[in-house]
Amino acid sequence: MLSSHHPISDPAPPERLTMSASNPLLELRGINKSFGVAHVLHDVDLAIYPGQVTALVGDNGAGKSTLVKCLAGIYPIDTGEYVFEGKPVSVHGPKDAGALGIEVVYQDLALCENLDIVENMFLGREKKSGLVLDETTMESKAREALTSLSVRTVKSVRQSVASLSGGQRQTVAIAKSVLWNSRVVLLDEPTAALGVAQTRQVLDLVRRLADSGVGVLLISHNLTDVFEVADRITALYLGRVAADVATKDVTSRQVVELITTGHSSDLDASASSTTV
Amino acid sequence: MTDIITESEEAGFASDLTQSNTLGESVQAYIGRVRGGDMGALPSVFGLVVLFIVFGFANDRFLSNLNMANLITQAGPIIILAMALVPVLLLGEIDLSAGVAGGVAACVMGVLMVKHDQPWGLAVLAALATGAVIGIVIGLIVAKLGIPSFVVTLAFFLGLQGVTLKLIGEGGSVRINQEVIAGIANNNMSVAAGWIVSLAVIAGYAVLALLRHRQKVERGLQHQPFAVVIAQIIALAAVMLGVTFILNQNRSVNPNFPIKGIPYVLPMIVVLLILWTFALGRTTWGRHVYAVGGNPEAARRAGISVDRIRISVFMACSTMAALSLIVQASVSGKVSSSSGAGNALLYAVGAAVIGGTSLFGGKGKARDAVTGGLVIATIANGLGLLNQASWINFVVTGGVLLLAASVDAISRRRRSATGL
Repeated sequence: MLSSHHPISDPAPPERLTMSASNPLLELRGINKSFGVAHVLHDVDLAIYPGQVTALVGDNGAGKSTLVKCLAGIYPIDTGEYVFEGKPVSVHGPKDAGALGIEVVYQDLALCENLDIVENMFLGREKKSGLVLDETTMESKAREALTSLSVRTVKSVRQSVASLSGGQRQTVAIAKSVLWNSRVVLLDEPTAALGVAQTRQVLDLVRRLADSGVGVLLISHNLTDVFEVADRITALYLGRVAADVATKDVTSRQVVELITTGHSSDLDASASSTTV
Repeated sequence: MTDIITESEEAGFASDLTQSNTLGESVQAYIGRVRGGDMGALPSVFGLVVLFIVFGFANDRFLSNLNMANLITQAGPIIILAMALVPVLLLGEIDLSAGVAGGVAACVMGVLMVKHDQPWGLAVLAALATGAVIGIVIGLIVAKLGIPSFVVTLAFFLGLQGVTLKLIGEGGSVRINQEVIAGIANNNMSVAAGWIVSLAVIAGYAVLALLRHRQKVERGLQHQPFAVVIAQIIALAAVMLGVTFILNQNRSVNPNFPIKGIPYVLPMIVVLLILWTFALGRTTWGRHVYAVGGNPEAARRAGISVDRIRISVFMACSTMAALSLIVQASVSGKVSSSSGAGNALLYAVGAAVIGGTSLFGGKGKARDAVTGGLVIATIANGLGLLNQASWINFVVTGGVLLLAASVDAISRRRRSATGL
């Protein structure tokens, strides 16, 4: 499937896992994105499956952030297809992505410290009864969302976000996606600034999120985290997809090679043997 | 910190389902908040008590009924201008031109009424519209061109004084003796009406507070202990009834012409306070103002039109400033070329900050304008009674503003350290 890829200029032809179990929830096909003369993304293919964590790995400048912003509708794509649930869609802005059920959890958490947890979770999408904010509904729903993720570390949903630790803030940001019944959640470096225990909590949360049927894209530098929660790994190298493999089929060393050089000799051999 | 999962937290959110601590616990929680830097109205209320004691001992006329009524009319324009500035300060911006923008608006009103014989209602509407237009222009420049509001409004501060001069003529002034406008500060409600309005406000607040409390308890949401709700109602009732009682006494020095009743400016402030508390605390717009003040980038990503919020806030500020200078015109009986210039704006900024609104944005309430405005007005009034030279007034008010800003900065640091 998807052989539209032209491997001539690719450092390594991307390897693809045949997913017979389920179809991708969200798929990008042959995405190109340039900023002036800088061609940042070259024919990128990406698939996010429901109930799975797909990790997007790559070195600085590989194009991870650009790809996420294309997915989130912040950058328009130059060429290529944006396919949601098998249907091509056009995403012109963050609102279009939001309407499809795509939620982005940014690295520099988009939370307002002076507001409390409930207020942050409903920010921009407040529930109203008439002219007035419907605080009771919002508080109940926020509580439900946090309970459904078995979040236990937050004392009160009326705590201001300023009083939360990094891990708890990440939790709130992720719980927001549950609240809005998101189909796809993009997590940009969710554990980058966290300690060991907090990373543990957030990774557990990411796993629970995927287990509930959501398609999760995890952008991360930390291969330990990636191997712990990801079902699939897509490696970017200089704006191209270096590999798209199941986590169980690769080793950490191979992924490091993919990130740093764009190919992994023994991976090509083993992967081609499985796909043939 | 809170990461450690204790036994009680193991039950998930059960620990905060009721959140109805005992009275003692909520008092302790309050003390904790104050120590952590979240002082709210405490400094201004404390300051007010201290000022009342000091001036009360220093001059026996300070606590007289007549002076209390004077104090309230003097505080009126300051409080309204401070209320205008609270949303701007919530965004972390400043509007230095609010005073003179109000001055231009009051001039428009005065000129229309006196020179063109227009009815007062039309003149007031024209004044408010003038304020709104000035605010929209400031907001557009700040939001769309990205010039710091400090610079934009400083330019307007200078430029609008010229507009006032042009409208009114060099050094001139327009006398305001139209009955309704002059009556805001100079006429009083009847004694009976004063009691009725006062009791109605208390009853309305009590019913709303009790209904909300019951709804929260029924839905299992976080709520305050019942005793705290009752204490708040009693505190409000005490203040309202006390003020009404004092103002309903005869305060005239001439026994043949008794003066009693609440000056109309007071119910006006109460209405504005309710309006702004509602707008900032209960509407989507208010929530978005806090969000933009707290983290504009987060607000933008949440789909809030940050520019629109900025423009609307500057518009609301200048419109309220127009109202403030109309009240000022009523107090002083005229609109002059220096209306809203001088220290009017600094008094208002000082009032908002003393009341507890942060200069750093994201924190503050409409009621801060009232408590802070009373502090500023009390200083001016008290020093005036002591026949001090006016330079002392400037030095003391400037010192109080600096003190309030320092308290704001220090408590902010403590808040970020304790995470409140």
